[in-house]
Amino acid sequence: MSIAALGALLAPVVEPGFFSSEAVRVAIVVGALVAVTAGTVGVFTVMRGQSFAGEALGDIDTTGGSAAFLVGIGPLWGFLAVSVAAAAAMELIGIQRPRGRDLATGIVLGTALGLAALLLYLVTTLHNTTGAAQTILFGSVFTVPGSTIPLVALLSVVVLGSIATLYRPLLLSSLSAEMAAARGLHVRALGAAYLLALAVAIALAAITIGSILSTALLVGPAATALRLTRRPGTAIALAGGLGVTAMWLGILLAYDSFAWPPLGTGWPVSFFVVTLIFLGYLLSGVPELLRRRAGAA
Amino acid sequence: MDAAEEILSVERVSVRLSGREVLRDVSFAIRPGEFTGLIGSNGAGKTTLLRVILGLQPVNAGRVLIDGRPRSRRSALIGYVPQKFLLDPDMPLRARDLVGLGIDAQRFGIPLPSRARRSRIDEMLQAVDAERFADARVGQLSGGEQQRVLIAHALIARPQLLLLDEPLANLDLRAAQEVVRLLARIAAEQQIAILISAHEMNPLLPVMDRIVYLAGGRAASGTTKEVVRADVLSELYGSHVDVLNVHGRVLVVAGAGDESDLLGHEAALPGLEILS
Repeated sequence: MSIAALGALLAPVVEPGFFSSEAVRVAIVVGALVAVTAGTVGVFTVMRGQSFAGEALGDIDTTGGSAAFLVGIGPLWGFLAVSVAAAAAMELIGIQRPRGRDLATGIVLGTALGLAALLLYLVTTLHNTTGAAQTILFGSVFTVPGSTIPLVALLSVVVLGSIATLYRPLLLSSLSAEMAAARGLHVRALGAAYLLALAVAIALAAITIGSILSTALLVGPAATALRLTRRPGTAIALAGGLGVTAMWLGILLAYDSFAWPPLGTGWPVSFFVVTLIFLGYLLSGVPELLRRRAGAA
Repeated sequence: MDAAEEILSVERVSVRLSGREVLRDVSFAIRPGEFTGLIGSNGAGKTTLLRVILGLQPVNAGRVLIDGRPRSRRSALIGYVPQKFLLDPDMPLRARDLVGLGIDAQRFGIPLPSRARRSRIDEMLQAVDAERFADARVGQLSGGEQQRVLIAHALIARPQLLLLDEPLANLDLRAAQEVVRLLARIAAEQQIAILISAHEMNPLLPVMDRIVYLAGGRAASGTTKEVVRADVLSELYGSHVDVLNVHGRVLVVAGAGDESDLLGHEAALPGLEILS
Protein backbone atom coordinates (compact mmCIF):
# COMPACT_ATOMS: atom_id res chain seq x y z
CA MET A 1 0.00 0.00 0.00
CA SER A 2 1.44 3.36 -0.94
CA ILE A 3 1.69 6.12 1.61
CA ALA A 4 -0.78 8.22 -0.39
CA ALA A 5 -3.37 5.43 -0.30
CA LEU A 6 -2.80 5.06 3.44
CA GLY A 7 -3.36 8.80 3.71
CA ALA A 8 -6.72 8.53 1.93
CA LEU A 9 -7.70 5.78 4.33
CA LEU A 10 -6.78 7.80 7.40
CA ALA A 11 -8.25 11.03 6.04
CA PRO A 12 -10.89 11.39 8.78
CA VAL A 13 -8.32 11.41 11.64
CA VAL A 14 -5.42 13.01 9.86
CA GLU A 15 -5.25 16.70 9.07
CA PRO A 16 -5.25 17.38 5.32
CA GLY A 17 -1.84 17.31 3.70
CA PHE A 18 -0.23 15.07 6.37
CA PHE A 19 1.23 12.48 4.02
CA SER A 20 1.96 14.91 1.20
CA SER A 21 4.34 16.88 3.41
CA GLU A 22 7.98 16.02 2.73
CA ALA A 23 8.98 16.79 6.33
CA VAL A 24 6.32 14.40 7.65
CA ARG A 25 7.38 11.59 5.32
CA VAL A 26 11.02 11.94 6.36
CA ALA A 27 9.99 12.13 10.02
CA ILE A 28 7.98 8.91 9.73
CA VAL A 29 10.90 6.99 8.23
CA VAL A 30 13.65 8.42 10.45
CA GLY A 31 11.44 8.23 13.54
CA ALA A 32 10.70 4.54 12.99
CA LEU A 33 14.33 3.57 12.34
CA VAL A 34 15.52 5.45 15.40
CA ALA A 35 12.74 4.18 17.69
CA VAL A 36 13.43 0.53 16.82
CA THR A 37 17.18 0.97 17.38
CA ALA A 38 16.75 2.89 20.64
CA GLY A 39 14.16 0.42 21.98
CA THR A 40 16.40 -2.57 21.24
CA VAL A 41 19.48 -1.07 22.86
CA GLY A 42 17.28 0.28 25.67
CA VAL A 43 16.26 -3.19 26.89
CA PHE A 44 19.93 -3.95 27.55
CA THR A 45 20.44 -0.51 29.09
CA VAL A 46 17.70 -1.21 31.63
CA MET A 47 18.94 -4.77 32.24
CA ARG A 48 22.48 -3.55 32.84
CA GLY A 49 21.31 -0.70 35.06
CA GLN A 50 23.09 1.84 32.86
CA SER A 51 20.25 4.33 32.40
CA PHE A 52 22.39 7.01 33.97
CA ALA A 53 25.16 6.41 31.44
CA GLY A 54 22.56 6.74 28.67
CA GLU A 55 21.18 9.96 30.12
CA ALA A 56 24.71 11.33 30.50
CA LEU A 57 25.62 10.49 26.90
CA GLY A 58 22.51 12.33 25.72
CA ASP A 59 23.33 15.41 27.77
CA ILE A 60 26.94 15.33 26.60
CA ASP A 61 25.76 15.15 22.99
CA THR A 62 24.47 18.71 23.37
CA THR A 63 28.11 19.71 22.86
CA GLY A 64 28.28 17.84 19.55
CA GLY A 65 24.97 19.17 18.28
CA SER A 66 25.87 22.79 18.96
CA ALA A 67 29.41 22.39 17.61
CA ALA A 68 27.97 20.92 14.38
CA PHE A 69 25.61 23.88 14.11
CA LEU A 70 28.48 26.37 14.54
CA VAL A 71 30.62 24.60 11.94
CA GLY A 72 27.67 24.24 9.62
CA ILE A 73 27.46 20.46 9.25
CA GLY A 74 24.53 18.13 9.94
CA PRO A 75 23.79 17.72 13.67
CA LEU A 76 23.91 13.92 13.44
CA TRP A 77 27.65 14.04 12.75
CA GLY A 78 28.18 16.19 15.82
CA PHE A 79 25.99 14.00 18.03
CA LEU A 80 27.69 10.87 16.75
CA ALA A 81 31.27 12.09 17.16
CA VAL A 82 30.74 13.37 20.69
CA SER A 83 28.64 10.38 21.75
CA VAL A 84 31.28 7.87 20.68
CA ALA A 85 34.13 9.93 22.14
CA ALA A 86 32.31 10.30 25.46
CA ALA A 87 31.53 6.58 25.56
CA ALA A 88 35.20 5.83 24.96
CA ALA A 89 36.21 8.22 27.74
CA MET A 90 33.74 6.62 30.15
CA GLU A 91 34.99 3.16 29.21
CA LEU A 92 38.61 4.19 29.77
CA ILE A 93 37.91 5.82 33.13
CA GLY A 94 36.11 2.71 34.26
CA ILE A 95 32.43 2.42 33.45
CA GLN A 96 32.65 -1.35 33.77
CA ARG A 97 33.32 -1.29 37.46
CA PRO A 98 30.14 -0.75 39.43
CA ARG A 99 31.52 1.99 41.60
CA GLY A 100 33.85 3.52 39.01
CA ARG A 101 30.93 3.77 36.62
CA ASP A 102 28.92 6.59 38.15
CA LEU A 103 32.03 8.51 39.03
CA ALA A 104 33.44 8.28 35.50
CA THR A 105 30.09 9.21 34.00
CA GLY A 106 29.76 12.18 36.34
CA ILE A 107 33.23 13.49 35.57
CA VAL A 108 32.78 13.32 31.80
CA LEU A 109 29.25 14.73 32.08
CA GLY A 110 30.27 17.77 34.10
CA THR A 111 33.11 18.68 31.78
CA ALA A 112 31.03 18.28 28.63
CA LEU A 113 28.10 20.28 29.96
CA GLY A 114 30.45 23.17 30.72
CA LEU A 115 31.55 23.09 27.10
CA ALA A 116 27.92 22.85 25.99
CA ALA A 117 27.14 26.02 27.94
CA LEU A 118 29.77 27.88 25.90
CA LEU A 119 28.76 26.42 22.54
CA LEU A 120 25.03 26.97 23.06
CA TYR A 121 25.78 30.58 24.08
CA LEU A 122 27.73 31.07 20.86
CA VAL A 123 24.98 29.43 18.79
CA THR A 124 22.35 31.74 20.27
CA THR A 125 24.36 34.97 20.11
CA LEU A 126 26.24 34.51 16.80
CA HIS A 127 23.18 33.34 14.91
CA ASN A 128 20.81 35.52 16.86
CA THR A 129 18.34 32.71 17.23
CA THR A 130 17.03 30.57 20.06
CA GLY A 131 15.45 28.11 17.62
CA ALA A 132 18.73 26.27 17.07
CA ALA A 133 19.32 25.78 20.79
CA GLN A 134 15.75 24.51 21.17
CA THR A 135 16.27 22.03 18.32
CA ILE A 136 19.58 20.75 19.69
CA LEU A 137 18.27 20.29 23.23
CA PHE A 138 14.68 19.18 22.60
CA GLY A 139 14.83 18.23 18.94
CA SER A 140 12.29 18.22 16.20
CA VAL A 141 12.01 15.21 13.97
CA PHE A 142 10.44 17.53 11.35
CA THR A 143 13.76 19.38 10.91
CA VAL A 144 15.63 16.22 9.86
CA PRO A 145 16.55 16.59 6.17
CA GLY A 146 15.65 13.74 3.82
CA SER A 147 19.28 13.44 2.83
CA THR A 148 20.03 12.06 6.32
CA ILE A 149 17.91 8.94 5.80
CA PRO A 150 20.67 6.74 4.29
CA LEU A 151 23.05 7.47 7.18
CA VAL A 152 20.31 6.91 9.77
CA ALA A 153 19.39 3.62 8.08
CA LEU A 154 23.02 2.51 7.93
CA LEU A 155 23.67 3.28 11.60
CA SER A 156 20.45 1.55 12.64
CA VAL A 157 21.31 -1.56 10.67
CA VAL A 158 24.83 -1.66 12.12
CA VAL A 159 23.58 -1.29 15.70
CA LEU A 160 20.74 -3.80 15.30
CA GLY A 161 23.06 -6.22 13.52
CA SER A 162 25.66 -5.98 16.28
CA ILE A 163 23.06 -6.57 18.99
CA ALA A 164 21.65 -9.56 17.08
CA THR A 165 25.14 -11.01 16.62
CA LEU A 166 26.14 -10.55 20.26
CA TYR A 167 22.66 -11.35 21.61
CA ARG A 168 23.47 -14.41 23.72
CA PRO A 169 26.86 -13.41 25.14
CA LEU A 170 25.58 -9.88 25.77
CA LEU A 171 22.44 -11.17 27.51
CA LEU A 172 24.39 -13.46 29.85
CA SER A 173 27.02 -10.83 30.66
CA SER A 174 24.23 -8.30 31.33
CA LEU A 175 22.60 -10.73 33.77
CA SER A 176 25.77 -11.81 35.55
CA ALA A 177 29.26 -10.70 34.61
CA GLU A 178 30.60 -13.44 36.88
CA MET A 179 28.77 -16.26 35.12
CA ALA A 180 29.74 -14.87 31.71
CA ALA A 181 33.41 -14.68 32.72
CA ALA A 182 33.28 -18.21 34.13
CA ARG A 183 32.12 -19.40 30.70
CA GLY A 184 35.11 -17.76 29.08
CA LEU A 185 33.23 -14.79 27.63
CA HIS A 186 35.14 -11.53 27.29
CA VAL A 187 32.96 -9.45 29.57
CA ARG A 188 34.99 -6.27 29.15
CA ALA A 189 34.90 -6.42 25.34
CA LEU A 190 31.16 -7.13 25.41
CA GLY A 191 30.62 -4.15 27.69
CA ALA A 192 32.62 -1.89 25.37
CA ALA A 193 30.71 -3.11 22.30
CA TYR A 194 27.42 -2.50 24.07
CA LEU A 195 28.53 0.98 25.14
CA LEU A 196 29.38 1.81 21.52
CA ALA A 197 25.92 0.66 20.43
CA LEU A 198 24.44 2.80 23.20
CA ALA A 199 26.43 5.83 22.02
CA VAL A 200 25.16 5.47 18.44
CA ALA A 201 21.56 4.85 19.58
CA ILE A 202 21.68 7.98 21.73
CA ALA A 203 23.05 10.06 18.83
CA LEU A 204 20.21 8.80 16.62
CA ALA A 205 17.62 9.55 19.29
CA ALA A 206 19.13 13.02 19.71
CA ILE A 207 18.35 14.07 16.13
CA THR A 208 14.71 13.11 16.59
CA ILE A 209 13.78 14.27 20.08
CA GLY A 210 16.84 16.28 21.09
CA SER A 211 19.97 15.56 23.07
CA ILE A 212 18.58 15.87 26.57
CA LEU A 213 15.36 13.98 25.81
CA SER A 214 17.13 11.17 23.95
CA THR A 215 17.16 8.70 26.87
CA ALA A 216 13.37 8.88 27.03
CA LEU A 217 13.19 7.04 23.71
CA LEU A 218 15.84 4.59 24.89
CA VAL A 219 14.69 3.73 28.39
CA GLY A 220 10.94 4.53 28.33
CA PRO A 221 9.72 1.92 25.82
CA ALA A 222 12.17 -0.64 27.24
CA ALA A 223 10.95 -0.14 30.81
CA THR A 224 7.36 -0.49 29.58
CA ALA A 225 8.17 -3.64 27.62
CA LEU A 226 9.82 -5.21 30.68
CA ARG A 227 6.51 -4.95 32.54
CA LEU A 228 4.56 -6.56 29.74
CA THR A 229 6.58 -9.69 28.97
CA ARG A 230 8.73 -12.29 30.67
CA ARG A 231 10.80 -13.11 27.60
CA PRO A 232 13.92 -11.15 26.68
CA GLY A 233 13.35 -11.45 22.91
CA THR A 234 9.75 -10.35 23.17
CA ALA A 235 10.79 -7.43 25.37
CA ILE A 236 13.09 -6.18 22.61
CA ALA A 237 10.40 -6.49 19.94
CA LEU A 238 7.85 -4.78 22.21
CA ALA A 239 10.23 -1.94 23.08
CA GLY A 240 10.84 -1.25 19.40
CA GLY A 241 7.11 -1.42 18.62
CA LEU A 242 6.17 0.87 21.50
CA GLY A 243 8.85 3.37 20.48
CA VAL A 244 7.62 3.47 16.88
CA THR A 245 4.01 3.84 18.05
CA ALA A 246 4.89 6.77 20.31
CA MET A 247 6.97 8.36 17.56
CA TRP A 248 4.33 8.06 14.86
CA LEU A 249 1.46 9.15 17.12
CA GLY A 250 3.61 12.05 18.27
CA ILE A 251 4.27 13.10 14.67
CA LEU A 252 0.56 12.89 13.89
CA LEU A 253 -0.45 14.91 16.95
CA ALA A 254 2.25 17.51 16.33
CA TYR A 255 1.06 17.91 12.76
CA ASP A 256 -2.55 18.20 13.89
CA SER A 257 -1.55 20.68 16.59
CA PHE A 258 -1.01 23.37 13.96
CA ALA A 259 -4.80 23.68 14.08
CA TRP A 260 -4.76 24.04 17.88
CA PRO A 261 -4.27 27.22 19.91
CA PRO A 262 -2.09 29.20 19.75
CA LEU A 263 -3.00 29.01 16.08
CA GLY A 264 -0.40 28.50 13.40
CA THR A 265 2.62 27.56 15.54
CA GLY A 266 2.08 23.89 16.36
CA TRP A 267 3.31 22.13 19.50
CA PRO A 268 6.79 20.56 19.66
CA VAL A 269 6.71 16.98 18.43
CA SER A 270 9.17 15.90 21.16
CA PHE A 271 6.61 16.90 23.79
CA PHE A 272 4.07 14.51 22.30
CA VAL A 273 6.54 11.64 21.83
CA VAL A 274 7.89 11.81 25.36
CA THR A 275 4.44 12.26 26.90
CA LEU A 276 3.10 9.26 24.98
CA ILE A 277 6.05 7.15 26.14
CA PHE A 278 5.34 8.19 29.72
CA LEU A 279 1.61 7.43 29.37
CA GLY A 280 2.49 4.01 27.96
CA TYR A 281 4.69 3.34 30.97
CA LEU A 282 1.90 4.35 33.37
CA LEU A 283 -0.66 2.20 31.56
CA SER A 284 1.64 -0.82 31.57
CA GLY A 285 1.52 -0.75 35.38
CA VAL A 286 -2.26 -1.15 35.42
CA PRO A 287 -2.43 -4.96 35.00
CA GLU A 288 -0.02 -5.48 37.90
CA LEU A 289 -1.97 -2.99 40.01
CA LEU A 290 -5.23 -4.84 39.29
CA ARG A 291 -3.59 -8.17 40.12
CA ARG A 292 -2.43 -6.83 43.43
CA ARG A 293 -5.87 -5.39 44.22
CA ALA A 294 -7.43 -8.74 43.38
CA GLY A 295 -4.82 -10.50 45.51
CA ALA A 296 -5.45 -8.20 48.47
CA ALA A 297 -9.23 -8.49 48.28
CA MET B 1 45.59 -43.09 42.42
CA ASP B 2 45.83 -42.82 38.66
CA ALA B 3 46.39 -39.18 37.78
CA ALA B 4 44.62 -39.54 34.45
CA GLU B 5 41.28 -40.25 36.07
CA GLU B 6 41.32 -37.08 38.13
CA ILE B 7 38.99 -34.51 36.65
CA LEU B 8 40.51 -31.70 38.70
CA SER B 9 43.96 -31.51 40.14
CA VAL B 10 45.15 -28.47 42.08
CA GLU B 11 48.90 -28.62 42.57
CA ARG B 12 50.76 -26.45 45.10
CA VAL B 13 48.81 -23.31 44.22
CA SER B 14 49.77 -20.03 45.86
CA VAL B 15 48.04 -16.72 45.25
CA ARG B 16 49.01 -13.28 46.54
CA LEU B 17 46.46 -10.48 46.33
CA SER B 18 47.80 -6.97 46.98
CA GLY B 19 50.69 -8.32 49.03
CA ARG B 20 48.60 -10.69 51.15
CA GLU B 21 49.05 -14.42 50.68
CA VAL B 22 45.48 -15.61 50.16
CA LEU B 23 46.34 -19.19 49.17
CA ARG B 24 49.52 -20.95 50.26
CA ASP B 25 50.68 -24.19 48.72
CA VAL B 26 47.18 -25.60 48.21
CA SER B 27 46.95 -29.09 46.72
CA PHE B 28 44.06 -31.51 46.24
CA ALA B 29 42.42 -33.61 43.54
CA ILE B 30 38.90 -34.59 42.60
CA ARG B 31 37.71 -37.64 40.65
CA PRO B 32 34.55 -38.00 38.54
CA GLY B 33 31.36 -38.40 40.55
CA GLU B 34 32.98 -37.25 43.79
CA PHE B 35 31.20 -34.79 46.03
CA THR B 36 33.76 -32.49 47.63
CA GLY B 37 33.11 -29.77 50.18
CA LEU B 38 35.39 -26.74 50.18
CA ILE B 39 35.04 -25.64 53.77
CA GLY B 40 36.42 -22.54 55.40
CA SER B 41 35.36 -19.40 57.23
CA ASN B 42 34.78 -16.11 55.45
CA GLY B 43 38.05 -14.82 54.06
CA ALA B 44 39.73 -18.24 54.15
CA GLY B 45 40.27 -18.08 50.38
CA LYS B 46 37.37 -20.22 49.10
CA THR B 47 36.21 -17.82 46.40
CA THR B 48 39.78 -17.12 45.30
CA LEU B 49 40.41 -20.85 44.95
CA LEU B 50 37.25 -21.28 42.86
CA ARG B 51 38.33 -18.35 40.67
CA VAL B 52 41.72 -19.99 40.19
CA ILE B 53 40.03 -23.21 39.06
CA LEU B 54 37.82 -21.21 36.68
CA GLY B 55 40.90 -19.53 35.24
CA LEU B 56 39.77 -16.06 36.33
CA GLN B 57 42.53 -15.64 38.90
CA PRO B 58 46.20 -16.00 37.94
CA VAL B 59 48.38 -17.93 40.36
CA ASN B 60 51.78 -16.92 41.75
CA ALA B 61 52.86 -20.53 41.96
CA GLY B 62 51.53 -23.99 41.22
CA ARG B 63 49.12 -25.15 38.55
CA VAL B 64 45.61 -26.44 37.92
CA LEU B 65 44.94 -29.43 35.70
CA ILE B 66 41.52 -30.14 34.25
CA ASP B 67 41.17 -33.72 33.07
CA GLY B 68 44.93 -34.03 33.13
CA ARG B 69 45.61 -30.95 31.00
CA PRO B 70 46.47 -27.36 31.93
CA ARG B 71 43.20 -25.48 31.97
CA SER B 72 42.26 -23.27 29.07
CA ARG B 73 40.09 -20.21 29.49
CA ARG B 74 37.18 -21.68 27.59
CA SER B 75 36.92 -24.96 29.37
CA ALA B 76 33.53 -26.46 28.60
CA LEU B 77 34.27 -29.13 31.20
CA ILE B 78 33.51 -26.82 34.11
CA GLY B 79 30.09 -25.58 35.15
CA TYR B 80 29.82 -22.73 37.62
CA VAL B 81 27.12 -21.49 39.98
CA PRO B 82 27.99 -18.06 41.43
CA GLN B 83 27.36 -17.04 45.01
CA LYS B 84 25.34 -13.97 44.16
CA PHE B 85 22.87 -13.77 41.36
CA LEU B 86 20.97 -10.56 41.88
CA LEU B 87 18.28 -9.97 39.34
CA ASP B 88 15.52 -7.41 39.66
CA PRO B 89 12.13 -9.08 39.97
CA ASP B 90 10.87 -7.36 36.82
CA MET B 91 13.69 -8.47 34.51
CA PRO B 92 12.27 -10.24 31.46
CA LEU B 93 13.94 -13.60 31.87
CA ARG B 94 12.15 -16.86 32.57
CA ALA B 95 13.82 -19.76 34.31
CA ARG B 96 13.83 -21.63 30.99
CA ASP B 97 15.56 -18.69 29.25
CA LEU B 98 18.41 -18.80 31.76
CA VAL B 99 18.73 -22.56 31.37
CA GLY B 100 18.73 -22.10 27.58
CA LEU B 101 21.60 -19.63 27.88
CA GLY B 102 23.51 -22.44 29.54
CA ILE B 103 23.50 -24.37 26.27
CA ASP B 104 25.02 -21.78 24.00
CA ALA B 105 25.65 -18.41 25.66
CA GLN B 106 29.00 -18.22 23.90
CA ARG B 107 27.44 -18.49 20.42
CA PHE B 108 26.79 -15.56 18.13
CA GLY B 109 23.37 -14.80 16.72
CA ILE B 110 19.86 -15.22 18.02
CA PRO B 111 18.88 -18.70 19.26
CA LEU B 112 16.31 -20.31 16.99
CA PRO B 113 13.54 -22.08 18.85
CA SER B 114 13.46 -25.77 18.03
CA ARG B 115 11.74 -28.81 19.45
CA ALA B 116 15.07 -30.41 20.32
CA ARG B 117 16.22 -27.31 22.17
CA ARG B 118 12.96 -27.03 24.05
CA SER B 119 12.88 -30.65 25.12
CA ARG B 120 16.51 -30.50 26.24
CA ILE B 121 15.65 -27.50 28.42
CA ASP B 122 12.52 -29.22 29.75
CA GLU B 123 14.52 -32.33 30.64
CA MET B 124 17.08 -30.25 32.52
CA LEU B 125 14.39 -28.32 34.38
CA GLN B 126 12.83 -31.62 35.34
CA ALA B 127 16.16 -32.99 36.55
CA VAL B 128 16.43 -30.16 39.09
CA ASP B 129 12.70 -30.22 40.01
CA ALA B 130 12.12 -26.80 38.47
CA GLU B 131 9.32 -27.48 35.97
CA ARG B 132 6.80 -25.86 38.30
CA PHE B 133 8.39 -22.42 37.88
CA ALA B 134 9.94 -22.90 34.45
CA ASP B 135 8.00 -19.97 33.02
CA ALA B 136 8.27 -17.63 36.00
CA ARG B 137 10.61 -14.65 36.02
CA VAL B 138 13.93 -15.68 37.56
CA GLY B 139 14.06 -12.51 39.67
CA GLN B 140 10.80 -13.46 41.38
CA LEU B 141 11.89 -16.94 42.46
CA SER B 142 12.92 -17.77 46.01
CA GLY B 143 16.59 -18.34 46.84
CA GLY B 144 16.27 -22.13 46.70
CA GLU B 145 14.37 -22.02 43.41
CA GLN B 146 16.98 -19.70 41.88
CA GLN B 147 19.75 -22.06 42.99
CA ARG B 148 18.08 -24.93 41.17
CA VAL B 149 17.71 -22.87 37.99
CA LEU B 150 21.36 -21.80 38.20
CA ILE B 151 22.40 -25.43 38.69
CA ALA B 152 20.37 -26.37 35.60
CA HIS B 153 22.02 -23.51 33.68
CA ALA B 154 25.44 -24.88 34.62
CA LEU B 155 24.59 -28.55 34.04
CA ILE B 156 22.92 -28.28 30.64
CA ALA B 157 26.30 -27.73 28.96
CA ARG B 158 27.21 -31.23 30.25
CA PRO B 159 30.26 -30.30 32.32
CA GLN B 160 32.34 -32.91 34.12
CA LEU B 161 33.02 -30.67 37.07
CA LEU B 162 30.49 -28.43 38.77
CA LEU B 163 31.70 -25.59 41.00
CA LEU B 164 29.29 -23.92 43.39
CA ASP B 165 30.22 -20.86 45.43
CA GLU B 166 28.36 -20.87 48.76
CA PRO B 167 25.08 -22.10 47.28
CA LEU B 168 23.58 -22.65 50.74
CA ALA B 169 24.52 -19.27 52.19
CA ASN B 170 21.16 -17.56 51.80
CA LEU B 171 18.87 -20.56 52.08
CA ASP B 172 16.78 -21.70 55.00
CA LEU B 173 17.51 -25.16 56.40
CA ARG B 174 14.91 -27.00 54.32
CA ALA B 175 15.83 -25.34 51.04
CA ALA B 176 19.51 -26.01 51.79
CA GLN B 177 18.83 -29.70 52.41
CA GLU B 178 16.88 -29.95 49.17
CA VAL B 179 19.72 -28.39 47.18
CA VAL B 180 22.28 -30.69 48.83
CA ARG B 181 20.17 -33.78 48.10
CA LEU B 182 19.72 -32.66 44.50
CA LEU B 183 23.46 -32.14 44.04
CA ALA B 184 24.32 -35.51 45.60
CA ARG B 185 21.85 -37.20 43.25
CA ILE B 186 23.33 -35.45 40.20
CA ALA B 187 26.87 -36.35 41.20
CA ALA B 188 25.94 -40.01 41.59
CA GLU B 189 23.65 -40.33 38.56
CA GLN B 190 25.66 -38.38 36.02
CA GLN B 191 29.14 -39.05 37.40
CA ILE B 192 29.79 -35.32 37.63
CA ALA B 193 32.36 -34.17 40.15
CA ILE B 194 31.00 -31.49 42.46
CA LEU B 195 33.04 -28.95 44.38
CA ILE B 196 30.91 -26.86 46.69
CA SER B 197 32.16 -24.11 48.95
CA ALA B 198 30.53 -23.50 52.32
CA HIS B 199 31.38 -21.91 55.64
CA GLU B 200 29.25 -24.48 57.45
CA MET B 201 30.12 -28.14 56.91
CA ASN B 202 27.23 -29.79 58.74
CA PRO B 203 24.61 -29.65 55.94
CA LEU B 204 27.16 -31.34 53.66
CA LEU B 205 28.40 -34.05 56.04
CA PRO B 206 25.91 -36.73 54.94
CA VAL B 207 26.88 -36.45 51.26
CA MET B 208 30.52 -35.35 51.19
CA ASP B 209 32.98 -37.89 49.80
CA ARG B 210 35.92 -35.63 50.45
CA ILE B 211 36.61 -32.36 52.18
CA VAL B 212 39.05 -29.56 51.42
CA TYR B 213 39.38 -27.55 54.60
CA LEU B 214 40.80 -24.05 54.15
CA ALA B 215 42.20 -21.95 56.98
CA GLY B 216 44.54 -19.02 56.70
CA GLY B 217 45.14 -19.76 53.02
CA ARG B 218 46.33 -23.34 53.66
CA ALA B 219 44.37 -26.46 52.91
CA ALA B 220 43.95 -29.95 54.36
CA SER B 221 42.16 -32.46 52.17
CA GLY B 222 40.95 -36.03 52.39
CA THR B 223 37.87 -37.81 53.67
CA THR B 224 36.03 -36.07 56.50
CA LYS B 225 37.37 -38.69 58.90
CA GLU B 226 40.92 -37.89 57.86
CA VAL B 227 40.57 -34.11 57.97
CA VAL B 228 38.02 -33.15 60.60
CA ARG B 229 40.24 -34.12 63.53
CA ALA B 230 41.67 -32.03 66.30
CA ASP B 231 45.30 -32.70 65.37
CA VAL B 232 44.90 -32.00 61.64
CA LEU B 233 42.88 -28.82 62.11
CA SER B 234 45.08 -27.58 64.96
CA GLU B 235 48.06 -27.94 62.66
CA LEU B 236 46.17 -26.10 59.90
CA TYR B 237 45.07 -23.24 62.16
CA GLY B 238 48.45 -23.15 63.82
CA SER B 239 46.84 -23.28 67.24
CA HIS B 240 44.83 -25.74 69.25
CA VAL B 241 41.27 -26.45 68.23
CA ASP B 242 38.84 -29.10 69.37
CA VAL B 243 36.47 -31.08 67.19
CA LEU B 244 33.30 -31.97 69.00
CA ASN B 245 30.49 -34.28 68.02
CA VAL B 246 27.22 -33.04 69.42
CA HIS B 247 24.04 -34.89 68.43
CA GLY B 248 25.54 -35.86 65.09
CA ARG B 249 26.76 -32.35 64.36
CA VAL B 250 30.43 -31.50 64.14
CA LEU B 251 31.60 -28.40 65.93
CA VAL B 252 35.08 -26.98 65.53
CA VAL B 253 35.93 -24.75 68.43
CA ALA B 254 38.95 -22.82 69.59
CA GLY B 255 40.45 -24.96 72.32
CA ALA B 256 41.63 -24.00 75.79
CA GLY B 257 45.26 -23.80 74.70
CA ASP B 258 47.37 -20.70 75.32
CA GLU B 259 47.16 -19.49 71.76
CA SER B 260 43.39 -19.76 71.41
CA ASP B 261 43.11 -16.01 71.10
CA LEU B 262 45.02 -16.16 67.83
CA LEU B 263 41.99 -17.71 66.22
CA GLY B 264 40.10 -14.52 66.64
CA HIS B 265 36.37 -14.92 66.83
CA GLU B 266 35.28 -18.38 67.71
CA ALA B 267 32.32 -17.81 65.47
CA ALA B 268 34.71 -17.54 62.54
CA LEU B 269 35.40 -21.25 62.74
CA PRO B 270 33.39 -23.36 60.33
CA GLY B 271 31.08 -25.79 61.97
CA LEU B 272 30.72 -23.77 65.13
CA GLU B 273 27.19 -23.37 66.33
CA ILE B 274 26.66 -21.88 69.75
CA LEU B 275 29.47 -22.37 72.15
CA SER B 276 30.45 -19.51 74.33
